[in-house]
Amino acid sequence: MQKNLLTKSAAIVAILLVFLYGIFGIPKGLGGDALKTAILKNIHLGLDLTGGTHLILQVMVNDAVNAETDRAVELLKDELQKAKVAYTEIGKPDAANHPEEVVVKGVPLDGGSQLRSIVSDQLKDYDPPSAGPGNSWIITMKPSAVSELKNRTVEQSIEAIRTRVDALGVSEPEIQENGMGLNQILVQLPDVDDPGRVKEIIQSTARLELRQGFDNANGYDSEQAALSAHGGVLPPGTVMMHGIAGGNDQSDRVFIVGRIPIVGGTDIKDARPGTDSTGRPDVDFNLTAAAGNKFGAFTAAHNETGTDPNHYLAVVLDNKVREFASIRTEIRDTGEIEGGFTEQSAKDLAMLLRSGALPASLHYLTERTVGPSLGADSIKAGVRAAIAGLAAVLIFMLVYYRAAGINADIALILNLVILLGFMGFTGSVLTLPGIAGVILTVGMGVDSNVLIFERIREELRNKKAPAAAVDQGFDRAWTTILDTHVTTIVSAIILFFVGSGPVRGFAVTLTFGLLANLFTAVFVSRVIFDAVLNRKQRGEALSI
Amino acid sequence: MEFFGNTNIDFLGKKWYFLAFSLIFSVAGVISMLFWHHIPLGVDFRGGTMVYVKFASTPDYGKIRSDLDHAGLHNAKIVRYGDPANNEVVVSLDLKETSETDLSKGKNQIIAALETNAQPGKRDLNNSDKIGFAEVRDALVARDPLHTSPTQYEGLARQILAYRNNTEGGVLKSIDDLKAVVPAPVLDALKQDFYTSNFGVRSADIVGPQVGDQLKHQAWLAVLFSLVGMLVYLWFRFELIYGVAAVVAVFHDTLITVGAFSLTNTEISLTVIAAILTLVGYSMNDTIVVFDRIRENVKLMRRESLAEIVNRSINQTLSRTILTSGLTFLTVLSLYLFGGEVLRGFSFALVIGILIGTYSSIAVAAPMLVAYQDWQLKRSRTGTISVPASPAGKGASPASKGSAPIGKGPAPAGKGKVRAKV
Repeated sequence: MQKNLLTKSAAIVAILLVFLYGIFGIPKGLGGDALKTAILKNIHLGLDLTGGTHLILQVMVNDAVNAETDRAVELLKDELQKAKVAYTEIGKPDAANHPEEVVVKGVPLDGGSQLRSIVSDQLKDYDPPSAGPGNSWIITMKPSAVSELKNRTVEQSIEAIRTRVDALGVSEPEIQENGMGLNQILVQLPDVDDPGRVKEIIQSTARLELRQGFDNANGYDSEQAALSAHGGVLPPGTVMMHGIAGGNDQSDRVFIVGRIPIVGGTDIKDARPGTDSTGRPDVDFNLTAAAGNKFGAFTAAHNETGTDPNHYLAVVLDNKVREFASIRTEIRDTGEIEGGFTEQSAKDLAMLLRSGALPASLHYLTERTVGPSLGADSIKAGVRAAIAGLAAVLIFMLVYYRAAGINADIALILNLVILLGFMGFTGSVLTLPGIAGVILTVGMGVDSNVLIFERIREELRNKKAPAAAVDQGFDRAWTTILDTHVTTIVSAIILFFVGSGPVRGFAVTLTFGLLANLFTAVFVSRVIFDAVLNRKQRGEALSI
Repeated sequence: MEFFGNTNIDFLGKKWYFLAFSLIFSVAGVISMLFWHHIPLGVDFRGGTMVYVKFASTPDYGKIRSDLDHAGLHNAKIVRYGDPANNEVVVSLDLKETSETDLSKGKNQIIAALETNAQPGKRDLNNSDKIGFAEVRDALVARDPLHTSPTQYEGLARQILAYRNNTEGGVLKSIDDLKAVVPAPVLDALKQDFYTSNFGVRSADIVGPQVGDQLKHQAWLAVLFSLVGMLVYLWFRFELIYGVAAVVAVFHDTLITVGAFSLTNTEISLTVIAAILTLVGYSMNDTIVVFDRIRENVKLMRRESLAEIVNRSINQTLSRTILTSGLTFLTVLSLYLFGGEVLRGFSFALVIGILIGTYSSIAVAAPMLVAYQDWQLKRSRTGTISVPASPAGKGASPASKGSAPIGKGPAPAGKGKVRAKV
């Protein structure tokens, strides 16, 4: 008995030390400031306490699906032509709502089987064509392929954002998917100096494309002017785009450009800020070898010395023309974007191009900023409330249960040490609701002690001997304690999975706190009682 | 020390008072939810823009109004926030005026509208959104007032910001305030690059419509799941009727708490939902303690009626119930009093919830068990297929009118009896 008790006490002291280490690590000193830095090193504070910005972005995953089906449309056109199958139109009737659907119209009856074999051979992510009204065929991307593409798009976006935020030197950013299947990204930035700029950089798609330009180097004043120049119908395979011609001209113009880019976002190998011929900031870029070859072939075929009247090149950034110029000679793998840059914005754009384009555009859904001063005040208020609440409970237990109150107080303090140590070890984040969770743990944690003590008192009233009363008290209270803890942990876990942000921090502290409480209120408290009873003479009363 | 010795209060005898009390509060809350304040949702759920501004001196609401009007923000709401001594104001725009494409537009407009003393070529040192450590350090390094190393200025910049954020709560009345932390030449250098507006932004929440709906959905799911989770657990540990009674009691608590938010027109934010879930857990705790005792007593007191057992169980656990609630209430109260404005809604929910949760485990959950059994008995007596009442039940105790004995006799399993698993 005696030896058993000693082992148990040693185990408790060991656990206490381990979790103290979790909170403080090895502090540099024992002064207030040294301890404070030691705590902050181990227990991470949430944004609501340090100040910072919390953003939720929607990834417009349909962009990526559209890009994929655009590719399919081009492929079908080429392949049907090669197979000499006639068609009147290939397109996407509802690109906004059903980007996964491609419709081929006007295919003669005997063309159906050829279309089917093209799809099964070359468009593996698509279901076999199904017949639509008239002589049309509907080709739909497989749902599994669509959802995989969407997931990949979100993952790539997260990677791209991470690269960008890291390049800006933001310390300890947190970037992760928000919720499941919502295609949202949560970005948490602790106190950054210029949140506006960071937000803009995160969001900019930075999709650089080089497209063929049509007609003339100056573009048109308006969309109507561009249309009427072609008798109301655009040349096949072209679209209109707004933008600037580059150089000094910063006015909004409309250009006619090729619908499909010659080279696109993933073809950029390197980009760096530079200066143009007049010494103004610009951005220079290089293409990858494969894209360079393609671009070289294109510029060799379409330049001023050749016969094509549409020998222009449009540099398109995020669906806006940034540069529109005549192609003088063959260009292989270098290019530049000029016009309207400051040194800073040229540097930012070069960084963006280097870190890669986003596979889809992003939309801000929520923005929460906590100023550093509010964070500091919240810490003060939280700590004050925690100390006041803890002191009230500790004092009450001492007064009400006398010696046994010391027992409860030790268990309670140990409970807090384990809770905070656990947070230190697991790297969980302490938020303001998290502090509230700690305070609640104190209130609810003491419940287990109260349950046990009241039960012991009851047994004592029934004229049981102290040792038997303690034994019975713990025994009977145990089922109740187990039931109450399980139900509360159930609600905390649900809160963790359904909730977000600071609320999660609350769920985490509450769960850890209750788990620790099972150990301290039942095991530790019991060991203390046994130790006390061991020293008592037979029949001596218990102070409770 | 002991507050409660052996109490013997007839709780079940007061069930009509309890019913009246619960009805009055639930109905008042429901009426307010339907016809008066409805359910006041925070910005998390309803979407919109909220900018929390702290002024250096008592804010002049008329001037704020006219500044905002001047900037075209005619529908902006201006409300005092927290303790008047803190000079804090919330300026909010509703969802319609929160631009979906440029989320922070409204916030920037509000800040710009209030910047009435802007000085050309200088920047606002109180604007924590734009002016942080790097800006202050760079400005000092450029001016080099002390002819010293950049690391020295880094330290000064940190001190300046710490003074602004921690000591002055985010708003410097003037740059001269900083003389407590930096030497005079640095002050002069700062004055060349910066000025101070009479306010600082403490925090800002901008929530688009999509997230609001999503969070509303999540909140409902969270409450629903946790209720169902507990029902299943209690079903497994006790019996279905125990689970149902506990869930009804917890639902009653939730209804009254949300009703209190509606009656006082206090906004329900995401953290309030967390508080409500906590009180669901807490009230469940209280109920389980009583139920556990009932289960135990059912085995011990084989001759007594259920009503008697329930009464005895409540009395036996009363001391614990009041103590625990009292102590938890103390901690929650300290949270409400000292936890600051950010947690006000959260702690309000808990203050109300703990009172109601304690009450409901005594006054709603336990009596429901008895009421259910009475109802089952009555039904089996008048029904076409009558279940034979166990002979020992009749008149075994005068207090047990209409109640049947528990766990004894040939009571058919699962029908009309509240049993306890042993």
